[in-house]
Amino acid sequence: MAETELALLLARMQFAFTVSFHFIFPSFTIGLASYLAVLEGLWLKTGNDVYLRLFKYWLKIFSLVFGMGVVSGIVMSYQFGTNWAIFSDRAGPIIGPLMAYEVLTAFFLEAGFLGVMMFGMDKVGKKLHFTATVMVAIGTAISAFWILSVNSWMQTPTGFTTNEVGQYVVDGGWWDVVFNPSFPYRLVHTVIAAYLTTALVVGGVGAWHLLKGRDLPGVKKMFSMAMWMAAIVAPIQIFAGDMHGLNTLEHQPMKIAAMEGHFESYERAAPLILFGIPDSEEEEVHYQVAIPGLGSLILRHDIDAGLDGLDTVAREDRPPVGIVFWSFRIMVGLGFLMAGLGLLSLLARWRGKLYDWRWLHRFALAMSPAGFVAVIAGWITTEVGRQPWVVYGHMRTSEAVSAIDAPAVGTSLLAFVVIYFAVFGAGTLYILKLMSKPPAHSDSELGDMPVRAAGITPAAGLELEDGNPSPDQEEGAT
Amino acid sequence: MSDPIVTIIWAAIIAIGIAAYVVMDGFDLGIGILFPHLNVGPERDMAMNSIAPVWDGNETWLVLGGGGLLAAFPLAYAVILPALYAPLIAMLLGLIFRGVAFEFRWRDPGHRRFWDFGFFAGSLIATLAQGITLGALLQGIEVQDRAYAGGWWDWLTPFSLLCGAGLVVGYRLLGACWLVMKTTGTLHVKARRFAKWLTPFTLFMIGAVSLATPYVEEQYFTRWFEWPGLAVTIPMPLLVLGAAYMLWRDLESGYDYRPFVWALGLFLLSMIGLGISMWPDVVPGSISIYEAAAPRESQIFMLVGAVILVPVILGYTAWAYWVFRGKVDETGYH
Repeated sequence: MAETELALLLARMQFAFTVSFHFIFPSFTIGLASYLAVLEGLWLKTGNDVYLRLFKYWLKIFSLVFGMGVVSGIVMSYQFGTNWAIFSDRAGPIIGPLMAYEVLTAFFLEAGFLGVMMFGMDKVGKKLHFTATVMVAIGTAISAFWILSVNSWMQTPTGFTTNEVGQYVVDGGWWDVVFNPSFPYRLVHTVIAAYLTTALVVGGVGAWHLLKGRDLPGVKKMFSMAMWMAAIVAPIQIFAGDMHGLNTLEHQPMKIAAMEGHFESYERAAPLILFGIPDSEEEEVHYQVAIPGLGSLILRHDIDAGLDGLDTVAREDRPPVGIVFWSFRIMVGLGFLMAGLGLLSLLARWRGKLYDWRWLHRFALAMSPAGFVAVIAGWITTEVGRQPWVVYGHMRTSEAVSAIDAPAVGTSLLAFVVIYFAVFGAGTLYILKLMSKPPAHSDSELGDMPVRAAGITPAAGLELEDGNPSPDQEEGAT
Repeated sequence: MSDPIVTIIWAAIIAIGIAAYVVMDGFDLGIGILFPHLNVGPERDMAMNSIAPVWDGNETWLVLGGGGLLAAFPLAYAVILPALYAPLIAMLLGLIFRGVAFEFRWRDPGHRRFWDFGFFAGSLIATLAQGITLGALLQGIEVQDRAYAGGWWDWLTPFSLLCGAGLVVGYRLLGACWLVMKTTGTLHVKARRFAKWLTPFTLFMIGAVSLATPYVEEQYFTRWFEWPGLAVTIPMPLLVLGAAYMLWRDLESGYDYRPFVWALGLFLLSMIGLGISMWPDVVPGSISIYEAAAPRESQIFMLVGAVILVPVILGYTAWAYWVFRGKVDETGYH
């Protein structure tokens, strides 16, 4: 018995590890693909070369991130079967078609136009190239649509019945499956998160170069665009997150109870627990700092309303409280910091100091990885909050796992951990290396004559525009 | 309930998807396996540039294979994947190494040799794993109560290893013929020499796997050596020999495009043979496509999309290949 429990734990760890790692890449590429389309569009519209140079700068970074997203994504499409065979057999008739639609409408679109987007600028002409860029951006968004529909169905399953062999089959039309109750909220919240993540990275890179005294046109442009995005989108995200939370309260009240640390039900005026140490054994939150009535006010929009706690369900039906409680607070805290950054940037812009206010730049730099952390924290909140169910209310995670022995799962988990950290660690280093150079700011610098402007590292001028090493560097490497 | 006609259509779509994957990712995996034989510098860069714009699209067919199987035949997906746990995990890890090498080797000249090795090793492991997967599937999988019931090493047999080695040789041939078609200079000459060597080797491996298969499962023996199977058994070796001869002759005569087409022909013939062996099972000897089929509603829902989208996908994929048609040079489009 202990053996199968260990195998289950290892399989869960492996899925959590590989999906979290994978999620980092699309949460960046969804936003970055749109940003690239905007940059290229602005270039075609205005003819201002600063947009083209920014496009080429971020395209190199995009291609690295996208490649890592592809290879880590292929793992996901097979892991449902290798490690969660019972789930695949029973839920396959519902989630399978949605994922097949993701491949047919999104993955092929992205892959088909990616080659032209990356290497085809002088082969197909500007207009067609722009079309390819837009197609890649649309592909990333369609991909988010389908995979979040699948995930939402697992959270709030609707539109199905169970057949004679225990499979879930559609009942009443696919609309109810695809547009299940939590899907619109999750889609909006996640896609905005991807845009914010990208804005924070772009803003952080801009801020870094501004702090280094490289106030080039491209650097200023990217910083300004990113700060607009943060200022406008972060408040929208807080609102969208609140709506998503209310939806969760309606359909998965125990997830909310775990997020809030509400072990006990409140007949009226539930408090909002800001901080504390949740203790599932003792069923209480130690050292809590709470505001009376605010929990009811936020979740019920009525300070006197009652709220169900974890005590309304049996222990074996409760999610693990500690992880959900903390990851939720990390996400929310970072969300408010992002909104704060946006507000400060508006203030700086209004005072005409957007490019000179060093504390703003330092803040933006510090926030550059915040999107990734918030996305992963939010993902952990919603996935761990779904436990102990894999299909909420219908199939337990413990019933879904393949009968693979613990040593086999342990070995593969170890291999994934080692290889992911090594390969994606190297990839991250390469991305940082590209980011540490500012975008080119004049045509002469793009060509073979290195122009050394003040503050630019010598290496920046040496690399050719297309990222290919020059022949003499080639010699040195071999 | 499942619908037999729709089920057959889906079996055909997945078979076509797998065939598309094998021929498309086959040549770029093959180039990975040939990589150590290419000189550092222009030869390797040119080989890499010839596949850089298309490899991602090629690999998407693998995702379609996995996703399509889950959607149309969930029981088969749920049985086959755990049964082949070790080779599939190895394949996925191999594909990671080779996939990132396309970008990483340009970003880090100091470690280019390392990423080139990763490209080679990842391609080799992924290919071996795919061949082993095929062999293990052909030799049969133990099933009980809608789940895999064997151990973790059941996949490892002389037959599955033979299939793994066979695929390595076959992909190398495809890769070499692709390079003959797409490259110039010393690499082109070298690729033609490789292709000539690899043609008899591939023929040998096809023969070895074909001769071994009927003895792996009784079902295959009756399928191939009794009527009406005999009607296919007799012309099949002739067709294979004919394609191999044409391939050899066109390599000798200096054609650039034709050898690749003949190499694809060899693969297609092999896959038709595979289909004849397996039909109508998806897990040979245990689960037929009808037993594994998803309910009719699921298959129809996807079929509507596939009928509309697959031609569109083939259209823009063909366009992407057309954009990058002709020979590449070593500076390429990277």
